Amino acid sequence: MTESPLLEVHGLTVHHGQLRAVSDVSFSVRPGEVYAIIGANGAGKSTLLRTIAGLNHPSSGSVLLDGTDVTRLRAEKRATAGISLVPEGRRLFPSLTLEENLKVGASYARRGPWDIPAVLELFPFMKDRRGQKTAQMSGGEQQQVAISRALVANPRVLLLDEVSLGLAPVIVHRIYDVLPRILASGVTVLLVEQDVAQARRVASQMQCLLEGRTTLEGRPSDFTSEQVEAAYFGLAGGNTGGAH
Amino acid sequence: MAWVNAIIQGILTGGLYALFACGLSLLFGVMKVVNLAHGDLAVVGAYIGIGVIAVTHMPFLWSIPVVLVLMAVLGYVLQRSVIQAALSRGELITLIVTFGLSIVIENGLQQFFTANTRGIDVGSSIVTSSFSIGSQIQIGWLPVIIFALAVIVLLALQYFLSASKYGRLIRAVADDREAALLSGVNSRHVFGVAAAVAFATVGLAGVAYGMSGVVSPTTGTDTILLFAFAAVVIGGLGSLWGTLLGGIVLGVAQQVGAQINISYEALAGYIIFLVVLVFRPQGLTARRTQS
Repeated sequence: MTESPLLEVHGLTVHHGQLRAVSDVSFSVRPGEVYAIIGANGAGKSTLLRTIAGLNHPSSGSVLLDGTDVTRLRAEKRATAGISLVPEGRRLFPSLTLEENLKVGASYARRGPWDIPAVLELFPFMKDRRGQKTAQMSGGEQQQVAISRALVANPRVLLLDEVSLGLAPVIVHRIYDVLPRILASGVTVLLVEQDVAQARRVASQMQCLLEGRTTLEGRPSDFTSEQVEAAYFGLAGGNTGGAH
Repeated sequence: MAWVNAIIQGILTGGLYALFACGLSLLFGVMKVVNLAHGDLAVVGAYIGIGVIAVTHMPFLWSIPVVLVLMAVLGYVLQRSVIQAALSRGELITLIVTFGLSIVIENGLQQFFTANTRGIDVGSSIVTSSFSIGSQIQIGWLPVIIFALAVIVLLALQYFLSASKYGRLIRAVADDREAALLSGVNSRHVFGVAAAVAFATVGLAGVAYGMSGVVSPTTGTDTILLFAFAAVVIGGLGSLWGTLLGGIVLGVAQQVGAQINISYEALAGYIIFLVVLVFRPQGLTARRTQS
């Protein structure tokens, strides 16, 4: 009864110059699930997502979307194939208005349930502010625009990089509140979080990275907080922690 | 009255300079490419016009769409091949590559068209006639038409950039290339389209120049490129309407200089250019500081 995975990562290794940022990481994400990658600053989480999106290039390993190898595909082709990344720091187009940002996101969209009216319903604050430049908006608002810009492309897999970074908890909750609606529309989510509690709450599968290596993998309910903590910080004594 | 005349002629010349400058400004604003072959490309546009008219004997006005299309294709192809390859290796490399392009074009033109000066023969039509205001001011129709053309081109460019799909994509790629890639935007293609538009405008400017005077293969580097740069710098980098203002300031300075002493024409233009660089290096219309 195992469904075939939508996104597979096999033995991915990524270098930043001399630095080995991601080391032999493998996992697979099944359709409709939320897969979370947790880890401390510099654990290689963002590099992993950027490599899946095609912005960074792996030294070895492969990325498969629905069984098709996309490792050699350029970033813009991966986006149109159905991998949309909401990048760290949101990266909206500062000289464009909110609506123009969404229009760029929809320029090469796949067919599907998401379009500009639909995301305006998802984040209603955007309705009145369509003509505004996004640079004047708060971090939480920018984050919602960035998610919307990725959604209007109708991705098969939505990659969320540190959605909660630098935001007040109440805003983070508001953003995570829409996750069920995104999943219900048939989008699969792979997210990266520093906030372990948040990640454990929403994820159906998770893995922890430490210095680019997998230190823990499984269902969030399989692990105690102590085990996750050990994997997160690389503490000796955790029974899944990195060997020294 | 002679001074008023100089100022009017200067303003009208400014239209031509703006036509030269807007493509340069567009390429810099979008891709951070300082195109040193820009003047030579204007000359290529003029020679395409001359060549097309000589071969097909079509009316000179009909040569304009031919020039626009051929220059746009040339722009797209050059961007996707040589300029993009240079861009991937760093902004400084584009300077060297476009400088090389400039030399290749200039020598190629000399090979095919010789070093003789040529003009686009507009015959005796409205463009060669003029009208007078009072007894001392005579205004040619051609400079007026070129000025109007410059305004139309700038309006069209502004509309294209602010309201069309490709204009939006060009601005998005200029803002953040990676974020645009993540939205499925092929940044190379978008840059190609921007280059096609920029080359079409410079081709049009070349034809206008060829109608109002004569060109030779070296006109591009020794006259047009310098004036276009001066207009862009005076007006403010990356600002479309700034190029019109810059062109006008440059044109008026030259004509007023010539009014004082005919040998001061070029000098006066460069003095204004340097004064602006010293006291307002961001240009007259720059709204925001370069980040």
